[in-house]
Amino acid sequence: MFEISPTEWTAILLSLRVAVIATLVATPFGIALAWLLARRDFWGKSLLDAAVHLPLVLPPVVTGYLLLLTFGKRGLVGGWLADHLGIVFAFRWTGAALACGVMSFPLLVRPIRLSIEAVDRRLEQAAETLGAAPWRVFATVTLPLALPGVLAGMVLGFAKAIGEFGATITFVSNIPGETQTISSAIYSLIQTPDGDTAAARLVIISVVLAVGALIAAEVFARRATARLHGQ
Amino acid sequence: MLRVDITKQLGEFSLAASFSSEGRVTGLFGASGSGKTSLINTIAGLVRPDRGTIVIDGETVDDTAAGIHVPTWRRRIGYVFQDARLFPHLSISQNLDYGRRMNGLTEDPAQHKRVVDLLDIGALLDRRPGKLSGGERQRVALGRALLSKPRLLLLDEPLGALDESRKLEILPYLVRLRDEAGVPMVYVSHDAAELRQLATQIVMLRRGQVTAFGGVKVLTAGT
Repeated sequence: MFEISPTEWTAILLSLRVAVIATLVATPFGIALAWLLARRDFWGKSLLDAAVHLPLVLPPVVTGYLLLLTFGKRGLVGGWLADHLGIVFAFRWTGAALACGVMSFPLLVRPIRLSIEAVDRRLEQAAETLGAAPWRVFATVTLPLALPGVLAGMVLGFAKAIGEFGATITFVSNIPGETQTISSAIYSLIQTPDGDTAAARLVIISVVLAVGALIAAEVFARRATARLHGQ
Repeated sequence: MLRVDITKQLGEFSLAASFSSEGRVTGLFGASGSGKTSLINTIAGLVRPDRGTIVIDGETVDDTAAGIHVPTWRRRIGYVFQDARLFPHLSISQNLDYGRRMNGLTEDPAQHKRVVDLLDIGALLDRRPGKLSGGERQRVALGRALLSKPRLLLLDEPLGALDESRKLEILPYLVRLRDEAGVPMVYVSHDAAELRQLATQIVMLRRGQVTAFGGVKVLTAGT
């Protein structure tokens, strides 16, 4: 029961790699977007806000299909990237990371946005009177004070990315060793006769990873909050 | 030293102020709602005037006719707020050093020591703002503003949030600051007694208008 097979290991490691890359790449974009939504007023802001939340409400298979249309080899963006930069997403693990990044983006952005909104603007003003240019105000005051939210967003995004299924399988299929993550491996195993035990192992591992991520988020947030409140 | 001639509409409230001060401490005096804070924020560049000019130390930082509005962070001012606004994620030492780092100034241990001694904050350096009393916080805020080497120090009711005994604790430091730091100050207060002790010139505000300008004696004439 507790012997993890090489195929399963591959799926687990691939899931971890996909989720880590997706989270790390999405985080800077998430921070920039969260800041825009929290601190700036511009035309089309509610539209942008809605677009960010779209992956949360669309059926994942729709998001996956849209990704395929856009980032597939003949897609508008995908074709250009393949021709000019040699970056291919379709049926590669990088595509899985892209799908996971997109799907987890709303969960990543939301805590960051809330924590940036919670940063006392009077402190930012004080920094400005001390000679800090706007980007340095952000780097030295806003971002450090929003750190608990950034960490929470990253952990939530990671947990979502590691469990993503619908968009990933639609966009990059279910290729063992390349795009078969834990979720798609479980899906394949359930459909295979005698696959139940292996599926159960992966299910347990998923639960452990998800719970672990939530505990980590809580610990990070507590530590960061204590630090920020001058303790 | 400081020349102000501005108008600003803030909702229903209209602010119109014109004065020029060479004094070491210019006191902005008025009841709450008289526009003192709006005026000092305009000098700081946090509020942009609708019309007019502001000149600090010979540099025009606002001139609406010429389209000049130097942003706050390039004005080389210091600002002490009523609520000290220390950075909670930084130690007292790092708070004090913040302005120097942001302005790209070289370290000046002599000046650092002078300011720390002047304000008696040497014992607080390794602590966090969360662990300080209100009076201590305000002294650190003063030190932080001074150490950014401002051309003009703005103080918006720096004693306003403190109780009587704390006020008496800080007041001597402000007097020392006036006499020893060599930085001109604009001091906002609604407390005539406070200004009599500190200010060398008074700008009296009432409902957004300057009603009197002159030596400290205008405080007696006006009230």
